[in-house]
Amino acid sequence: MTTQRIKFYQTGTYTAGNRLLDDEARTVQSRPDRTNSLNSGHRACQGCGEALGARYAIDAAMRAAQKRLIAINATGCLEVFSSPYPESAWQIPWMHSLFGNAPAVASGVAAALRAKGRDDVKVVAQGGDGATVDIGFGCLSGMFERNDEVLYICYDNEAYMNTGIQRSGATPPFARTNTTQAVGEAPGNRLGTGKNVPRIAMAHGIPYVATASVADLHDLEAKVATAMGIKGARYIHIHVPCPLGWGSDPAHTMKVARMAVESGLFPLFEARAGRVVDRTKIRRKVSVERYLELQARFKHLFAPHRQEEAIAAIQAIADQNIATYGLTDSRLP
Amino acid sequence: MLAQREGSQAVAEAVVLCRPEVIAAYPISPQTHIVERLSRMVKGGDAGRCQYLNAESEFGALSVLIGASATGARTYTATTSQGLLFMAEAVYNAAGLGLPIVMTIANRAVGAPINIWNDHSDSMALRDAGWIQLYAETNQEAADLHIQAFRLAEELSCPVMVCMDGYILTHAYEPIDLPDQSEVDSFLPPFSPVQLLDPSDPISIGAMVGPEAFTEVKYLAHRQHLRALTLVPDIADSFQQQFHRESGGLYRTYRMTDADTVVVALGSVIGTIKDTVDELRDEGIAIGCLKVGCYRPFPAMQLRAALEGVTRVIVVEKDLAVGIGGIVSADVRMALNGLPIPVHTVIAGLGGRSISAESLKHMVRDARAERLSEPYFLDLNMRVVDEELARRREERQAGPLAEQLIRAVKAIGTKVV
Repeated sequence: MTTQRIKFYQTGTYTAGNRLLDDEARTVQSRPDRTNSLNSGHRACQGCGEALGARYAIDAAMRAAQKRLIAINATGCLEVFSSPYPESAWQIPWMHSLFGNAPAVASGVAAALRAKGRDDVKVVAQGGDGATVDIGFGCLSGMFERNDEVLYICYDNEAYMNTGIQRSGATPPFARTNTTQAVGEAPGNRLGTGKNVPRIAMAHGIPYVATASVADLHDLEAKVATAMGIKGARYIHIHVPCPLGWGSDPAHTMKVARMAVESGLFPLFEARAGRVVDRTKIRRKVSVERYLELQARFKHLFAPHRQEEAIAAIQAIADQNIATYGLTDSRLP
Repeated sequence: MLAQREGSQAVAEAVVLCRPEVIAAYPISPQTHIVERLSRMVKGGDAGRCQYLNAESEFGALSVLIGASATGARTYTATTSQGLLFMAEAVYNAAGLGLPIVMTIANRAVGAPINIWNDHSDSMALRDAGWIQLYAETNQEAADLHIQAFRLAEELSCPVMVCMDGYILTHAYEPIDLPDQSEVDSFLPPFSPVQLLDPSDPISIGAMVGPEAFTEVKYLAHRQHLRALTLVPDIADSFQQQFHRESGGLYRTYRMTDADTVVVALGSVIGTIKDTVDELRDEGIAIGCLKVGCYRPFPAMQLRAALEGVTRVIVVEKDLAVGIGGIVSADVRMALNGLPIPVHTVIAGLGGRSISAESLKHMVRDARAERLSEPYFLDLNMRVVDEELARRREERQAGPLAEQLIRAVKAIGTKVV
């Protein structure tokens, strides 16, 4: 009898077909013993990409750490919606200190564990893009260069959403925020600004850097598991749509995230010791328009007049990413 | 063991005797000798499993300790001046979270103009952040206060600043007695935290608290601080019993019997003031002095009781609340509220200006003759001030003030010629 190996995506859909997978390869979330680290009942908005990303990331980290995990949280949406006194959605030891110090607080937890000879407990720090790429960047860089025993996870929704949608250093060009409004001669965020923190993390030479997206939760979990198995400072940058801030349908969070990946605007890759070692190939390349048109923050690019130059500039960024990371090539560049 | 030591070295060795588990710091003068010594002791294996982290900023350093303390580690840092202000957000946070971190402040002026010398502007700026503040008179006391501070902090679950004058104490060599390890161990029990990040018993720390409970959280912090008013003297007493010397406490008095005039101050200037008191007593002036050892919580009732019978109080303070005058004197006035005792504010020693016994004597005589302006700036160079004011009236674009004044006082380096 001949056998045929069943492929994960054989049905031609994006369904996460756990039943088609080996038991070991199934997602953490599909397991009855998942930890529900970020439990239900929190106050995130409908369709919140950050809540989804955090749930998958921290449960995967808990599984990898055999439930011996301490999480440090920067100020931001995730902190506020998960811990309004006297409630807490966290079922793990969790601490929030300030907006800009989560990496340093986590370094301190790791140092205390080292001082006490406790190598069984692992440390995760997490924050949004504002906490990570802007206000906490000094502490993040310090944690990286000391190669402290911390996995830092950035949930990137590309602006300060908790304070009401203001521009951050991770806001993409042309995006409308409340401090880069869609008015004037160059509406939205200015082209040629912003920083790429995964690349900056790589420049520190830390052992592991990865990008992930809630569009591919299986991949996200796998990267967290990989990171948890490595010593030293590690960084995972997760793209998480924000329906409120992006003006997207809460039902379209996964679709929006997927379009970011499939257009090449948010490349998924892994790097070790400063070098890209793997990337997720784009399965069906789409134009950036397919991504932009789902979000009201880019509406001014299409109405009242189509902004051809702006759309072309965003497409150029996607094309550059595709070339840089070999997102449509059979091998890494 | 009694030995000739630099103040910073004595503090570092006293801290190591307290068996810290995590130290994180960022270098800033004049704190550097403390942290250099500590890093050497940690690296050399003289501090057990203690971890020393070179932080990327003071804000980062204290943040490291916030995480470490919540994980059950005994934690320590040292800073000063701009560094303390740079970490200000974390200073409030550590207190709000109730984490018993001990921090040395090597007191230094706050810029601009940038100035590395001693005054109390830095710790005074953070006096209401929720930390207990102890001020050392001598290097012996500075070393002793650290041993007391860990016990105080951990008993109250409240952070403690030990303030010692930059350079005047940190860089001065004198004979300093340090206890041996077993003595410190019997004085300072191991750290037993009231809250702990532990996977075996998961808790959330640092929740968001709204109007429904914020007042109560703050009230309880205030109550906890007031407990220190009992605990600080208790700990100082048991320290004295065990180590046979007087160190710490809420306040100390000197020649206060029959004194009609009392000078109140904090820190190392007390030494000069005591000498001044002796000289004025020789002239027949009934004067004494009171050292405030614990400034936060402020021992208002205790000071009121101690000063009740006097006719005049002069507060000599190394800080300035711009736009109003004194900081310590405002608190002393509150403590003496309703009593017919005039309280003078004397601003002295800003940015490291020497406070001489001669100037103090002159000031005391003026105060007793009701000739003191309010607030009074000790040794203020009015000629330079008047000249500069005149020049500024003439010229709109008068340029940067500090540079003009340096020229006007004819200073070379820190020496006035």
